[in-house]
Amino acid sequence: MSDIFTVENIKRISGTDVRKCMKCGKCSGRCPAFDDMDIKPHQFVTMLGQGRVEELLSSKAIFNCLSCMACVERCPRGVAPANVIEAVRDTVERMQGGDAIKAEDIPAIVDELIPQQLLMSAFRKYKK
Amino acid sequence: MQRIGVFICHCGSNIAATVDVERVTEALAKEPGVVYAVNYQYMCSENGQQLIKNAIAEHRLTGIVVCSCSPRMHEATFRKTAEAAGLNAYMVEIANIREQCSWIHKDIEEATEKAIVLARTAVAKILLDKPLTAGETGVTKRALVIGGGIAGIQAALDIADAGYEVDIVEKRPTIGGRMAQLDKTFPTLDCSACILTPKMVDCAQSDKINIFSYSEVEEVKGFVGNFDVKIRKKARHVDETKCTGCGVCMASCPSKKGLNEFNMNLNNRPAIYIPFAQAIPNVAIIDPEQCLKLKSDKCGLCQRKCGVGAIDYKQEDSFVERKYGAIVVATGFRPIKLDNFNEFGYADNKDVVTSLELERLMNAAGPTKGTLLRPSDGKHPKVITFIQCVGSRDVSGCGKPYCSKICCMYTAKHAMLIREKYPDTEVHVFYIDIRTPGKNYDEFYRRAVEQYGVDYIKGMVGKVYNENGKLMVQGSDLLDNKQIVIPSDLVVLATAIEPDPSVRDIATKLTISIDTNDFLTEAHAKLRPVESPTAGVFLAGVCQGPKDVPETVSQASACASKVIGLLAKDKLKGNPCVSHVDENMCTGCSQCEQVCPYGAITYIDKEFRIGGGKTETRRVASVNPAVCQGCGACTVTCPSGAMDLYGFSSAQILKEVEAICKR
Ligand SMILES: Cc1cc2nc3c(=O)[nH]c(=O)nc-3n(C[C@H](O)[C@H](O)[C@H](O)COP(=O)(O)OP(=O)(O)OC[C@H]3O[C@@H](n4cnc5c(N)ncnc54)[C@H](O)[C@@H]3O)c2cc1C
Ligand code: SF4
Ligand code: SF4
Ligand code: SF4
Ligand code: SF4
Repeated sequence: MSDIFTVENIKRISGTDVRKCMKCGKCSGRCPAFDDMDIKPHQFVTMLGQGRVEELLSSKAIFNCLSCMACVERCPRGVAPANVIEAVRDTVERMQGGDAIKAEDIPAIVDELIPQQLLMSAFRKYKK
Repeated sequence: MQRIGVFICHCGSNIAATVDVERVTEALAKEPGVVYAVNYQYMCSENGQQLIKNAIAEHRLTGIVVCSCSPRMHEATFRKTAEAAGLNAYMVEIANIREQCSWIHKDIEEATEKAIVLARTAVAKILLDKPLTAGETGVTKRALVIGGGIAGIQAALDIADAGYEVDIVEKRPTIGGRMAQLDKTFPTLDCSACILTPKMVDCAQSDKINIFSYSEVEEVKGFVGNFDVKIRKKARHVDETKCTGCGVCMASCPSKKGLNEFNMNLNNRPAIYIPFAQAIPNVAIIDPEQCLKLKSDKCGLCQRKCGVGAIDYKQEDSFVERKYGAIVVATGFRPIKLDNFNEFGYADNKDVVTSLELERLMNAAGPTKGTLLRPSDGKHPKVITFIQCVGSRDVSGCGKPYCSKICCMYTAKHAMLIREKYPDTEVHVFYIDIRTPGKNYDEFYRRAVEQYGVDYIKGMVGKVYNENGKLMVQGSDLLDNKQIVIPSDLVVLATAIEPDPSVRDIATKLTISIDTNDFLTEAHAKLRPVESPTAGVFLAGVCQGPKDVPETVSQASACASKVIGLLAKDKLKGNPCVSHVDENMCTGCSQCEQVCPYGAITYIDKEFRIGGGKTETRRVASVNPAVCQGCGACTVTCPSGAMDLYGFSSAQILKEVEAICKR
């Protein structure tokens, strides 16, 4: 599972360059869900860079992240930890099979100002 | 008929590994006008130069083309070589087959082909070259220093010490800059004022140094050795020649609400004030925004109290015009504004302060007379948390991408001073990395940890919020992989620094360049670190890049030695590659005058014969060759093609283009 394809795919979906991280920890210093997360926001970035997706895919944190985007907002290096978390979660969803939402439903709910990640996150929450 | 020699350099393997120098030699030997072509391992070596000299004599060469590195490296060398062999120095052309060819190509075939084209182009140009003689200009033996911080002060003192006159133009009412605001200085922890003020006094007492305080550079004309500068002396409403600095006016002034800039606006000062006790010049100044007399024609108390009649409410800005041989830019820095960083709560909490504000809160001449008290309630803070890298190393667009370089050291300084003076205080420092290279610097930081028990936490702060009067500092402790919250009484932000914003205007006036962060760029990052790209303009201090006092002083002294080297010359050799006008073609349209950045072009009325024994008077352009820098702006602007450059004529450039296109 932790093949290069999955690693690259998560990087691609996240749209963030994990190499830009300078390991300052500001994301985790800000995160309101920090205590509930088994893997912390800054670790998502580092571990993806190291290719450790297996651990990420089985983490509980992907369902504790609030998608509040505070980490993205605060990162001094323009890295988006929340997007990495979202990309991992998305990969888990896909591996479980079945689409959470129908493509034809999307245009009606999309607003140009809504960040894509928030949209994805909303789909997850309203799925069940 | 010209007889051209072509000399192709291998530059060891720098060129020869990518360019087939034999093939270039063969190709060039066949070019019309070329009578000799040869390649050699190092053309710039003594042997290489001898080879050129011999060839000039043997083949009776009238000009040489050297195919080598950039002309910035060795053009001067080969001009001298040619001159030594009896040629005119300007009968030399360089084909740059290294930086513009071998270094940037991998394919030998392509690189060789391009080297041949570049060499042919140089041959095409040299065939139209004519011998030129450089003129000479005098040097005004006086330097201008813009900015009176420690950089400007040191540069001025060193230049004056060599016997030259120096003027310091300082925009604030006193010299001293940021260093005057510091309490103690790392790495030795001596009192900043104690080491700075003697130098300020030296400036005031030197008969070679003239200080224009509360003044700005209005206009700069001219060129190296001969700058004409107009200085605006802003109205301080106090006659500098009369004021004795007694301070009676300050005590009498009823308007006391002005923010004290010297104390980082942490307290107030009267409308008439002297910035601090050791100010140079020790002369009062009136803040027109606060003065009741200037605002509404009421009051006038200070004038009545002043024993020497120094107050002049009607004083206006005045101007001074002076000539200088060299200019030093030392405009320094300011801490950035924190508007983009509301996570640290600076705007909402009085007890979140910047490091420069802390300097004032610890200083005996500061708002708290040196006792560290929190701004909100005047109580002594028991838990103090420092946050490093605030706004530095930030590429998100909110802050500055660079490391501000001084804050790791001054934070360690602050932490130590506080623990020394108030051992009951708990001090925490959030850091991303500790950057303390330098003599005794890392030892200094380790002392904070080992001797003073300062708690360093690896991680950045995510937010600061107020809870029941405590400042809650929430951040990462990365080594423990925990998110921690430290309830603090005072939070200190090691705020990024940026160049003084006026540097943009100064750079434009002096035609020097700034980088993407507004720091002034040096002529060469490694080999010409204190020179600007414009001859005669030098850089010192933080305006060129973040640095601490020892580094600033070193750079300022280096700058001074460059200035002294320039002022010591009686004549400067000019550049003969200047513009000239074909008066028959000039229509006197004035367009060239408008584009010339050096003011080298004027117009004259001249009589011309128009046949039949008649004459006509026409207005035509005239170039001052001593002022013209050969930039060529006029030649491309002139609609009638009357302007042309010696050594870079339009005909030559067209020949070059032709040679490139021919193949
Ligand atoms: C909080 C803090 C603590 C520090 N502690 C230390 C320390 O302990 N030890 C240490 O070595 N370094 C320390 N530094 C660094 C030190 O302050 C600088 O290295 C030093 O001040 C740089 O001097 P400068 O002359 O280049 O710039 P500045 O001190 O900024 O001086 C520049 C001067 O130029 C003037 N000016 C600006 N623009 C113009 C203009 N257009 N025309 C005319 N005049 C102009 C300004 O008014 C100013 O007087 C500290 C810095 C800070 C922020
Ligand atoms: S805030 Fe950005 S740079 Fe800092 S650790 Fe998190 S992802 Fe990396
Ligand atoms: S988006 Fe998720 S990881 Fe980022 S700060 Fe919010 S809860 Fe934490
Ligand atoms: S005239 Fe202005 S500066 Fe003088 S005492 Fe009155 S308010 Fe103060
Ligand atoms: S000097 Fe230290 S505190 Fe300042 S920006 Fe650089 S790393 Fe950060």
